[in-house]
Amino acid sequence: MFRAHWWAAVAAVTRQVGDLEVAEDAVQDACAAALAQWPAEGLPASPRGWLIGTARHKALDRLRRDRRRADKEAEAMREEAEAMREEAGAMGGAAGAMGGAAAARAASGWAAGTDDELALIFTCCHPALDPAARVALTLRSVCGLSTAEIAAGFCVPEATMAQRLVRAKRKIRQAGIAFRVPGPGDLPARLGAVLRVVYLVFTEGHLATGGGALIRGDLCDQAIRLARALAALLPGEPEVLGLLALLLLTDARREARLSPAGDPVLLAEQDRSRWDAALVAEGEALVERALRGNRPGPYQIQAAIAACHSGAATAADTDWREIALLYGELIACEPSPMAEANRAVAVAMSEGPAAGLVILDTVAGDARLARWPQLHIARAELLRRLGRRAEAVAAYRAAIALDPPAPERAYLARRMREW
Amino acid sequence: MVKYMFLLYADKPLPEPGTDEARQLFQAWNAATSEMAEAGVLIDCGPLQPQAVSTTVRVRDGEALITDGPAAEIKEVFGGFTLVDCADLDEALKWAARVPTASEGKVEVRPVIQVRAPAERPAG
Repeated sequence: MFRAHWWAAVAAVTRQVGDLEVAEDAVQDACAAALAQWPAEGLPASPRGWLIGTARHKALDRLRRDRRRADKEAEAMREEAEAMREEAGAMGGAAGAMGGAAAARAASGWAAGTDDELALIFTCCHPALDPAARVALTLRSVCGLSTAEIAAGFCVPEATMAQRLVRAKRKIRQAGIAFRVPGPGDLPARLGAVLRVVYLVFTEGHLATGGGALIRGDLCDQAIRLARALAALLPGEPEVLGLLALLLLTDARREARLSPAGDPVLLAEQDRSRWDAALVAEGEALVERALRGNRPGPYQIQAAIAACHSGAATAADTDWREIALLYGELIACEPSPMAEANRAVAVAMSEGPAAGLVILDTVAGDARLARWPQLHIARAELLRRLGRRAEAVAAYRAAIALDPPAPERAYLARRMREW
Repeated sequence: MVKYMFLLYADKPLPEPGTDEARQLFQAWNAATSEMAEAGVLIDCGPLQPQAVSTTVRVRDGEALITDGPAAEIKEVFGGFTLVDCADLDEALKWAARVPTASEGKVEVRPVIQVRAPAERPAG
């Protein structure tokens, strides 16, 4: 019940007391106090305002205890006086942010009263922090996940995750990473780092198979929550909308990705009637809205590709020509051998296996693809369609030798049997 | 405000004085540090003599052990430093990127721990 307020509360208290670690501990304590107090005394008029106010007092108490020098004491008094003056504003601001998707939409630039929340996520995703730490810190400080939950999600021991979080928070304090929204000049690069973190949280949850499936599903939900919040905070940034669309369109397939036996199912073989129609519709509308901004980027293009799949009633109806074009655009703004390989497959589907194979063989030697079984599977399929049996068998074997994930393994076994 | 030390790691030793390369490097360095001085962030800066000139001191059991050469053998050349006073890391990183060494070698940005002079500490 506190997760809805966590981000805003940690953000407001961090600004008020100037230390993320202290603020986060204080919000944690305030939540515990609420758990004890609210059932007996009833819900406060503004739960969020109560949490922020209580946490601020706890944080300032701790800072005061920590400070032994008299001049620091004076600073705390000054901060408290300032915080008191800001209290009215913070409460009003919190209420505004809650009811305020409308307010956010009305503002073309920064939405009023939400700067703290943006400042918090930009701080957690600062490029001076280790990339893995950015993901962990965002889940802890912005999403309110416990250290144990994050550790389970990333399959690392809890002590390792705790250490990673402590180190990141210490670096923010000691290196002087500012708690603020970056200026316009820095925004594109810094926003890119934030979106990357949200995307990584999602893929960690999405690609996971096997143990801890519940927690992994929670990571997908958290990523979508973050993307939704960012889209409300930055409605004029097409890549934010593109990322949200990509996550929704991918998540729409969640139910269909597993067979009744619990095994992952490849995209072409999924039962499309089990795709979540509401998520698909929302994702498709977002892609359109984003692309109207005429500032395409990698997330918008990937979302457009996902929309091509979701718009096809059956796998055979897929508009591969359009997908091939979109992969071409994706490569133009972010070259990668993996995107090139995907383009080759789309070209093969629309123009025939020979045309696809020519493209695929241009990237087949790339070292970054050497350990990617999907490349060999794609080559094997094209060679098979061309009747080049010996080469196809060699490619299937190369894929199997790379110990591919379960769905690909099952597919390969079936393909070899069919021959 | 936070003091940041820029540690300048070059890919190769500083050019010989008097060469064109040295003059160009000096001009680029001068341009960057002048900007920092005008912005009021520069505290001090300077290139260092080559590592062959350095001497390392260790005190063990009250005895000073003096050895010729650098403290650590590394591939990069630690060739100079810049000390600035900035509002936060973002500002420091912007200035660090202006140092010519950043374009060829690397610049490590490290915050300086604020220590008061003994006289400033309250008694007791």
